[in-house]
Amino acid sequence: MYSEMVMDHFSNPRNVGEIEDADGVGVAGNPVCGDVMKITIKVDHEGETIKDIKFKTFGCGAAIATSSMVTEMVKGKALTLEEAMKITNKTVAEALDGLPPIKMHCSNLAADALHAAIEDYLQKKGDQRTLK
Amino acid sequence: MKRIYLDHAATTPMRSEVVEAMWPYFREKFGNASTLYFDGQEAKGAIDTGREKVASVINATPSEIVFTSGGTESDNFAISGVAWANQKRGNHIITTSIEHHAVLNICKFLEKRGFEVTYLPVDGQGFVDPADVRNAIRKNTILISIMHANNEVGTIEPIEEIGTIAKEKGVYFHTDGVQTFGHLPIDITRLHVDLLSASAHKLYGPKGVGALYIRNGVKIVPFLYGGDQENKRRASTENVAGIVGFGKAAELALNEMEEEIKRLILLRDKLIKEILEKIKYTRLNGHPTKRLPGNVNISVEFVEGESMLLQLDMKGICASSGSACTSSILEPSHVLTAMGIPAEVAHGSLRLTLGRDNTTEDINYFLEVLPVIVERLRAMSPLSLKKRLP
Repeated sequence: MYSEMVMDHFSNPRNVGEIEDADGVGVAGNPVCGDVMKITIKVDHEGETIKDIKFKTFGCGAAIATSSMVTEMVKGKALTLEEAMKITNKTVAEALDGLPPIKMHCSNLAADALHAAIEDYLQKKGDQRTLK
Repeated sequence: MKRIYLDHAATTPMRSEVVEAMWPYFREKFGNASTLYFDGQEAKGAIDTGREKVASVINATPSEIVFTSGGTESDNFAISGVAWANQKRGNHIITTSIEHHAVLNICKFLEKRGFEVTYLPVDGQGFVDPADVRNAIRKNTILISIMHANNEVGTIEPIEEIGTIAKEKGVYFHTDGVQTFGHLPIDITRLHVDLLSASAHKLYGPKGVGALYIRNGVKIVPFLYGGDQENKRRASTENVAGIVGFGKAAELALNEMEEEIKRLILLRDKLIKEILEKIKYTRLNGHPTKRLPGNVNISVEFVEGESMLLQLDMKGICASSGSACTSSILEPSHVLTAMGIPAEVAHGSLRLTLGRDNTTEDINYFLEVLPVIVERLRAMSPLSLKKRLP
């Protein structure tokens, strides 16, 4: 059912955890629907790039793999907030060599959680920008 | 890696005696049972023998057994066959909210064709209340269809009580016996059942063959039209090899039933007890003892079912779940939902169904593997006791 890439991210997820004094926290999904993803980020306040990112996920193989992949696409790349906002469900799914059609909604949530974390950071800062 | 199969409710491997019994009917004894020459009559004889064996399992007479392509066809045949045949008498059918989709979906179809269907609720352990059945019966009720035992949580329904009510009220009573035929003692006279569905591949027989028991005198129209096979009740050239295999599987199951029930119950109860002890925040779904001898259904909080199944698969273990992620319609199990189990608990459910080939070693291996998997997934999960919402 799943590609090798998905199974790799599922079996060896990258960046699992929760940043304690996170600059931004984003949650997507809910337990009733069966997928919850929580992404925490640390932002370099000068350059406004993402310094660190971690995820926690309650969900299926695709949910875990897409959360892991989205953090891998961000971590260590010194992405600006704008660049990170450009990561979409499509790019996450492509990076994983595709997902079964029925699982595409899981990849939506990974990108959503990341965007929510960035928006949370901006809101805490009192920044009125929207980066969509 | 040795594969450990814990999904016997889904299907079972054929026993070697069954394969051996079937083998000649693929090539040497390939005749069409409706032909008059020796090879055809030989096939007919094999079908008759298979029919006797299947009938014995439920104490029916052989002429009351019709062979079908499986449990789904038997359910569809029973319900639509009785519905169309008795339409002038009435158009109301009573069933439950936890039936298999082979019953639910034919009922939904009939609702669009002028029939009314009452879907009875179940309690928190999956039991139907016979009083609810009695209260639901109206003057225009022509059929009650209630499964003997539920395939997901194993709950064994009070069929004898319900059958007695149905008989008293003069309403036909069908039970989907797909999970119980050959697994639990069934006497259709004692249970007051008019129709019963069975499927060969649930009891170490081949896929593609099943049976419908139809009590003599029940008014029913065929589901398949064509030739005169099965006493004009079910057209189609018979699946002789399949029927022979079904008969053999039924015979073996009947002979070994008592011992097998005892053996499975010990393994099942050990599995339930130790999962609940070894892993915190787990709960049993269904009744502790009024459940199928091999059925275990447990919800594990804070983790999701499909991710558990994938991890178990990597350790060589086959199981199933009531999680939305494992369903093609992305909704949690309708059975768990009908039992009032919240979605987030249903998503974390694991169904393990034991069979002939499972041993204590299998159970012990599973009990070593599951806690590690749960711990790993819980460490990854944003949900916990303090944070039921993240």
